[in-house]
Amino acid sequence: MSQLATVAKPRRNSELLLLVLALGVGVMANALVNLNLGRTFDNDFYIQTAVLTVLSLAMHVSLRFRAQYADPVILPVVVALNGIGLAVIHRLDIVTGDNAGPRQWLWTTLAVAVAVTVIWMLKDHRILRRYTYISLVLSVALLLMPLVPGITAGDVNGATVWIKLGPFTFQPGEIAKITLAIFFAGYLSSNRDLILLAGKKIGPLQLPRAKDLAPMIVAWMASVGVLVFQHDLGTSILFFGLFMVMIYVATSRVSWILIGLVLMAVGGTAAYKIFPHVARRIDVWIHALEPAYIDAPYGSGQVVQGLFGMANGGLTGTGLGQGSPQGVPLANSDMIVASIGEELGLVGLFAIVCLYALLVARGFRASLGTRDAFGKLLAVGLSFAVALQCFVIIGGVTRLIPLTGLTTPFLAAGGSSLLSNWIIVALILKISDAARRPINVSDGPNSERQREVSAV
Amino acid sequence: MSDLSLTVTILRFGFLALMWVMVFSVVAAMRRDLVIGRKAKVGAPSARQVRKHPELEQPAPPAKLQARELVVTEGPLSGTTLELSDSPILLGRAQDATLVLEDDYASGRHARLFPQGTRWFIEDLGSTNGTFLGGTQLTRALPVELGTPVRIGKTVIELRS
Repeated sequence: MSQLATVAKPRRNSELLLLVLALGVGVMANALVNLNLGRTFDNDFYIQTAVLTVLSLAMHVSLRFRAQYADPVILPVVVALNGIGLAVIHRLDIVTGDNAGPRQWLWTTLAVAVAVTVIWMLKDHRILRRYTYISLVLSVALLLMPLVPGITAGDVNGATVWIKLGPFTFQPGEIAKITLAIFFAGYLSSNRDLILLAGKKIGPLQLPRAKDLAPMIVAWMASVGVLVFQHDLGTSILFFGLFMVMIYVATSRVSWILIGLVLMAVGGTAAYKIFPHVARRIDVWIHALEPAYIDAPYGSGQVVQGLFGMANGGLTGTGLGQGSPQGVPLANSDMIVASIGEELGLVGLFAIVCLYALLVARGFRASLGTRDAFGKLLAVGLSFAVALQCFVIIGGVTRLIPLTGLTTPFLAAGGSSLLSNWIIVALILKISDAARRPINVSDGPNSERQREVSAV
Repeated sequence: MSDLSLTVTILRFGFLALMWVMVFSVVAAMRRDLVIGRKAKVGAPSARQVRKHPELEQPAPPAKLQARELVVTEGPLSGTTLELSDSPILLGRAQDATLVLEDDYASGRHARLFPQGTRWFIEDLGSTNGTFLGGTQLTRALPVELGTPVRIGKTVIELRS
């Protein structure tokens, strides 16, 4: 097989090239906003351009030093998405007089700084496996934080998911999705055989033993708990979906998916019957275009305005700064996809969906390539979390499914989401580095030569 | 149409074009990343490649799993045999292991044997003393050939047909 083996290449130069293109997208979006809204190209514009460039290069250089073989397309895709998000938030600020833009810049800087730290400090993703149960405790603590009096920020837009951190608010649940993914990956990679082998077989389905169901029940209770106590349907779906996918990938047993779907159906039906906020979401989704629902408080006005906006944008959009996306409530966070759909049109929105698809596909690729079960599961879980978030929020805005408050990764205004998604990207980059690194290459200075030799 | 609005329109479509250039560049980078090309392809060669390059032809693998039983040749359980089905096997001291090793040098969940294609692979599950396949310590899952000794602590097992 020696003449057939793939020669591993770091490919950092391709990344740099794509990064220049990604920065071009971000900067051009910002420039178009300024141009179309009659803003002069003042110092702010140049500072923002410089900051975005410096942040991307910081990531790029860290990868050159610490994760030479990391996937070359992940970082450019993320920079492009983040750049477009910053431009659209800035554009909405200009019309609404809001102050979300500078905050988003601050959080982007912080998030990239944390991602760079992860790349430098985390020598090997397998180290995280040691923290399997600590991650579980941490996840529970993070999820409970918004319910603790004193640090809770109370009920914001119907959900109790925020805590106060000085002048900022923070959503600990965003970080919890990373710690939960680490716990599931650690737990499933060590107990896979038990879950796989024990249990009765009924027809084509192998049913798990009752005690192996425990983590499933924990995941189910966590997601139902989030729904009941924090009124956050989106996060609830995200946690349960994350667990279902990870256990399916770990065991490749359809019975888990069936059990999960049954639990979800039971939980969902009960929630619909018991909690008025869940029932309202569903009713508003089904009857969205009826005037009684549009005008009602917490009604369908938001979704319908978004749909009208996207219809106004049509195929190619009104152009950045030339539509009126500010008519939609929460236009820069939950509904940012509608704002983008209006101003960049279907063509622009599809480009963004493609970028997400590519990002998730690269995460799955890293998972396929990596050699340890923990890394595989972690990469699948994290990429799937990004994919599910995109599906839930873009599906909600386009009225494919009921709208629930999840953030659009990298685009929407919101610091906690940016922070957690950049950490996810750093982890996936680390895993992809382990996946693509040739086994017989050391980190030493003569690794180049060794690679040449081993390739012959 | 005034000059300014013409520029704005061109820039508007230019931006959409730029976004798609970005998407396609990423796809192109991925395509190169897969290193599509005869020399660099991993895995079994296709029928057409074999016709062009007869030296690539590989012996047809037997259709069924080769090994049918697992035999303990050394250690406390010496002489024990285990029928192999098509499900993975957990080796270790833990009570829930498929083959419970009464070996002080084995870990609770020591190693895992699993079938893939026609072969059995062994994977170390982070054991304390390591798993040795024919004398070399395992660092990743490796195929176990018939008759190759696998050492776990003081126990040695073999696959037989």
